[in-house]
Parts: sequence; structure tokens; C-alpha cells
Amino acid sequence: MIRPDAPVLLEIRDLTARVEDQPILKGVSLTIRAGEIHAVMGRNGSGKSTLSKVLAGHPAYTVTGGTVLYKGEDLLSLEPELRARAGLFLGFQYPVEIPGVSNLEFLRVATNARRAGKGEEELDTFAFEDLVRERLQVVQMDPAFLERSVNEGFSGGEKKRNEILQMALLEPLVAVLDETDSGLDIDALRIVAGGVNHLAGPDNATLLITHYQRLLDVITPDYVHVMAAGRILRTGGKELALELEERGYDWVDAELAATERTPAEVG
Amino acid sequence: MASSATVGDLVSQPYKYGFVTDIETEKIAKGLSEDVVRLISAKKNEPAFLLDFRLRSYRQWLQMEEPDWATLGHPPIDYQEIIYYAAPKQQEKKASLDEVDPKLLETFDKLGIPLSEQKRLSNVAVDAVFDSVSIATTYREKLAEHGVIFCSISEAVKDHPDLIEKYLGTVVPGNDNYFAALNSAVFSDGSFVFIPKGVECPMELSTYFRINSGDTGQFERTLIVAEEGASVSYLEGCTAPMFDTNQLHAAVVELVALDDASIKYSTVQNWYAGDENGKGGIYNFVTKRGQCRGDRSHISWTQVETGSAITWKYPSCVLQGADSVGEFYSVALTNNRQQADTGTKMIHVGPRTRSTIVSKGISAGHSSNSYRGLVQLGPKAVGARNYSQCDSMLIGDQAAANTYPYIRSQQPDARIEHEASTCRISADQLFYLQSRGIAFEEAVSMMVSGFCRDVFNQLPMEFAAEADKLLALKLEGSVG
Repeated sequence: MIRPDAPVLLEIRDLTARVEDQPILKGVSLTIRAGEIHAVMGRNGSGKSTLSKVLAGHPAYTVTGGTVLYKGEDLLSLEPELRARAGLFLGFQYPVEIPGVSNLEFLRVATNARRAGKGEEELDTFAFEDLVRERLQVVQMDPAFLERSVNEGFSGGEKKRNEILQMALLEPLVAVLDETDSGLDIDALRIVAGGVNHLAGPDNATLLITHYQRLLDVITPDYVHVMAAGRILRTGGKELALELEERGYDWVDAELAATERTPAEVG
Repeated sequence: MASSATVGDLVSQPYKYGFVTDIETEKIAKGLSEDVVRLISAKKNEPAFLLDFRLRSYRQWLQMEEPDWATLGHPPIDYQEIIYYAAPKQQEKKASLDEVDPKLLETFDKLGIPLSEQKRLSNVAVDAVFDSVSIATTYREKLAEHGVIFCSISEAVKDHPDLIEKYLGTVVPGNDNYFAALNSAVFSDGSFVFIPKGVECPMELSTYFRINSGDTGQFERTLIVAEEGASVSYLEGCTAPMFDTNQLHAAVVELVALDDASIKYSTVQNWYAGDENGKGGIYNFVTKRGQCRGDRSHISWTQVETGSAITWKYPSCVLQGADSVGEFYSVALTNNRQQADTGTKMIHVGPRTRSTIVSKGISAGHSSNSYRGLVQLGPKAVGARNYSQCDSMLIGDQAAANTYPYIRSQQPDARIEHEASTCRISADQLFYLQSRGIAFEEAVSMMVSGFCRDVFNQLPMEFAAEADKLLALKLEGSVG
């Protein structure tokens, strides 16, 4: 939902970043307002996953320039956990398994951390159980998954549903979903997308990072950005995604070559 | 961009029990000889049988050699450079705590072990041992009402010599091994627990060991006897100041469980571990053994080993009685240059005896952490069973973990299961937790406690949370 007067939640300006000695982001600018759904598309290596990790504060990525304002404040100086408490959420492409840590306990600690960030009271075990059971329905997840270790032995689809469950509990203001559709069959994709649509509202925003149009068939973006070689090359409406689907990414390479007069860098 | 604390910083948290109490101490001269053994015995006014036991052990020790089979390395120990007896100057054990030197009470307060009446841990009786002597034992009267004896071993020698003579050295003989022989010759104090027939001890018992003097060795001896149908849960805690030199700690613990008796022995060991370069720290060479002498008896060891420069320790069970049960639950954490070689021995003698071993080793920094365990089934151990699980967690890429399981079975149909695993705390796991609002330290601690949960569940409730915190503290700064 585009409302030009809606408050800006995330403002990325000329962001550059590297991993080890390899520059990946080469000047990304993007403004996200409340209520909007953005999709960043691009080939593998275009830098779109790096963008999500940099926003969340992954220690392997070093920001070399530019600024990111989150609700008007400097995001990059915050530790990852503080970004999360302030309402930034990263849905992982490959959620890690954490043996020995109970999923329920993890969800409770995370939820309470976020609640503290909002100045709300901690939920005790019982209140949290009620909440989590209600939110499980958003992703149609079996409560048995609460009793297991975090993501341990979960299938690809179950891991992604667990991500969306976390999003449902943490109620982020800006949710960055990194390739949430990868590895999902059609049914799982519908459930996950249903969860994302359900959670999207006028006060929050979603940034979808994806490779394929098929996610955008079920979640309609307000803006589509095409990323290549660490930059946003073009921005348009949802029809841009369809164009990509039809024409493939080759025209992106051509456009890139034209602007840079150098071959596309693929990291 | 803000950089996260590394697991390395996490582990290098300063040791908070490293202070020295300034108190006048009576020490004997350095070195070991037959005269020193006699002197220690004389200071304690011991009966002849005990002096004999000491002297026999000492003579056997002279014939023995320090063991070198463990995966440990340290410069040779000069046994003539150690003081074998040190005691805070306080004429005799006081009848009431009000008369105990306030400095001592303050020391234990600082260690989180309040001894004074009003601040005592409810439902935990504490024997506080400072250097070579026991300074106070709480709740003695209440325990005596139930016929439970809980006092220092020196007092037990005076007040219950028959029990000492009957049981001391019957589980760990004076010549059992090099360090046990040394302890048998020079042991200074420790705790004695006796639970009479049919009595369930009404409270947790606990001994807190504190080394204070810099050049003193600590050689305590603990003896716990549970008669038929009796049961007790006992917890031992230890800390020491930070010194640049290494101190020797060679304790012996003996447990005896008669028919249907049950003893649960838990340790939270937090001796000073030395600095990050491996300077200083306690050398911990300990012999702990329990004997399930009676049928259907039960002995359970739970240990959380976080301190010491060197840990050499194998709490064991001799399962003699038919249907007796032995258990060993261990968390051993090593960091910096610490070395631990620890595990257990389960000696199945009687029929249908069962044992369970759950060992969790966590190695961080440049440390080395070895599990060494023996499961032995003798010719009469028909229908005996063992289950062992040995898991290692590596933090960082400089630490080492080894597992040495030994199985000797004379039972063709025995059921012996052994499982082992190794895992590593990865930066991605930590980032995942952080990206959900969980602070770095808490993330590490969640993962470590998850890994140790099977063992922590075995600790008395009052101490499980403490153990959790202790591990988190020890790991501050160690994941890179």
C-alpha cells in the first residue's frame, strides 16, 4: 500500500559493504515507508542477500560507506540484537539448527527481548504459551515443533514456517525476508506467503529478497527493485517483476554493461 | 559498524574469587618426610590406627611414581616445595559461629556461602573448609536429631573413631595410586557424613573448600557412609585465590552405600585456573570412588568442572551389590590453557548392575579436554548394562577434545552402549540468536546450557542455576 505521506521506516543511502576484501554492495539507496511491500530481485551474486545481512548486522560484512536510518536513527551503529529489539527482522534463507536449545524457550526469550524493546512487560511462561499457540495458526504449524530444538531436523519448509512464526511473534516494523521462497513446494509457499500477507499492515513494511516471480504471484509488491553488481539498477511496480520473468536477466546485463562499460561482476 | 563481542572476550572474564584473605596462619615448614606425617597426626591428636594408616601410605607413596598416562602436560612437581599443613590461627573449633573469626565468615560471605545463622541457605547444611581445616559446620544439631552425622573428618576421628576405623581407606586404599597415597599420608581435613539405617537425610549437605595460602597443598579427605536404606545428597564447591605459582590439590573422596542406600554426590569445581597464558592455577589430582557395597544401592556422581589449570579426576563406582546402580554426569569446561583429563570408571562386579555415563566436554581457547572412561564387567556381572554418552563442544578453532573410552567385558551377553558426538558453536548460530534480539552472552549461554542440560538436570535445584551462570561467566569472551 503506497501512501506518500506514510512515515519513512528505512532509509538506505549509498550503502557500500564488503565481505573480507571483496566489495559486494557498491552504493545501494532505497527508501521504505510504512505500509509498503518491496521486492528486491536479482541474480545470485547480485548483492541482494548481502543487503539483508548488512541490515541485520552480520559480523562477516563490513560497511565501508553510506548510511542506513531506521525510523530516523542510525541503524548501523547498533548491535544485531538491538536492531531486532527495535523491530527489524531478518527471515533467513538458511535458518541454522541449534541443537539443545528448545524452540519454545528460544521463541519466548526472543519475544520478550522484542517486548522489552517496545517497553512492554515480559510474558511469563503461561502467557507466552497462549500467544505462541495462537500465532502457530498463522503458519499452520504443529505445536510439536515447539518441543524440539531450534530448527533441528526440520525440513526446509518447516524451517521457513518457523521463521514466519518468529516474525508473527516479534511483530517487526521492517521485515526483511531473504529468499523465503527457496526450497518450498507450492503448498508450503502458499502457507508462508499467507503468513507474510497476514502480518503485513499499514504500520509495518516488508522487504522481500527473491530470485523468482513465483513468490510475487502470492505476495503483491508495491515496488520491485532489480539489483545487479551491488547496485539497484531499476525500480518499478509489480509489472517489472513480470518483465523479468518474461525476458530473463539478460537485459539486465546489457543495461549494466551500458552504464558501466564493464562486464557485470558476479560475486 | 558495531562489532560484536567475540566468544574470546567472553571466556576471558576475570576470576572473581581470586582474592586472598589476610589472616594469620599457622603453617609447618615446607617439605615432606615421615616426621611431617607424624607432626600432622600429632597436631590432630589422632589415634594410633590413623597414624599407622598415614605412615603405611607414606612409605608406599615413596615407592610409587607419578602417573604419566593422562593427556596432560606440566612441569615436574617438587613435593619438597609444598607446605603440607596450614590452618587459620584460631585456637580450636568454636562451639558457636559467633566466635569464628569474622574475617573467615566474611570470606565465605564473599564467596556466596553465608555461614551466619540469619543468612544461611535454607535446607542446605554447609561444612566450610579453609586451607587445611574445617572452620564451621552449619545445622549440625538439626541433623543430629535425625541421627545424621555431618562434621569435619578431624572431629569425626575424635568423636567417632570406630566409624572412621571401619570405613576409612576401604574404598580408596592408602596405596591406590600416587596421589591417593600422598593424600592418605598427609590429609588435613575434609568432611564426614554418616546416615544411619533407614534415614533419608532431611537436607542437602555441602562442603565448601577454600584454598587461601599460596604455597600450601590442599589434601582433603571426605568419607560418606549411607547405611541400609539411607539416602543423602551432598554437594562440594571449591575456589582459590589467584597466584602466579601452581598449587597442588590432591583430594580423596570415598563413598560407601549399603543395601538399598543411595548417595548423590555433586561437585561444582571452580578452583583458580591460571591466567590466559597458563600461569598459575590449581593442579587438581583427585581420587573419588564410591562403592555400592549393598544390593540395590545407588551412587550418582555429578560434576561441573570449570576451574583448575589441570584436572585429573575419575569419579568411579564399584558396583558390588546385586542390582546396584552407578551414574556419572559430567560437564567439564576448559578455556585458555587449561587441561582436563577426566571421566569415570564403572566397575560392574555384581549381577544385573547398571551404569550410566553422560559426559559433556566444552573446550575453548587453547585448552585441551579429554574424556577417559572405563566400563568393566567382571565374571559375575551377569546381565549387567551400561550406557555411555560422550559429547564434545568446541568453541573457536584452537581447542582440542579427545575421548578415550575403554570397555572390558567378561560377559558375552552384556549390553554396553556408547554414543559420542562433537559439535562447534558457530558464528552463524550466534548471529541467528542475536538477530532475534538475544544478546551475545545470552546466546552463548543458551547454547552451552542446552548442551549441558542432561547434566544440569542432575544437580540439586539450588545449584543448577548457579552452574549455568558459572559456565556463562567462564565463557565470557571466548567465541570468535
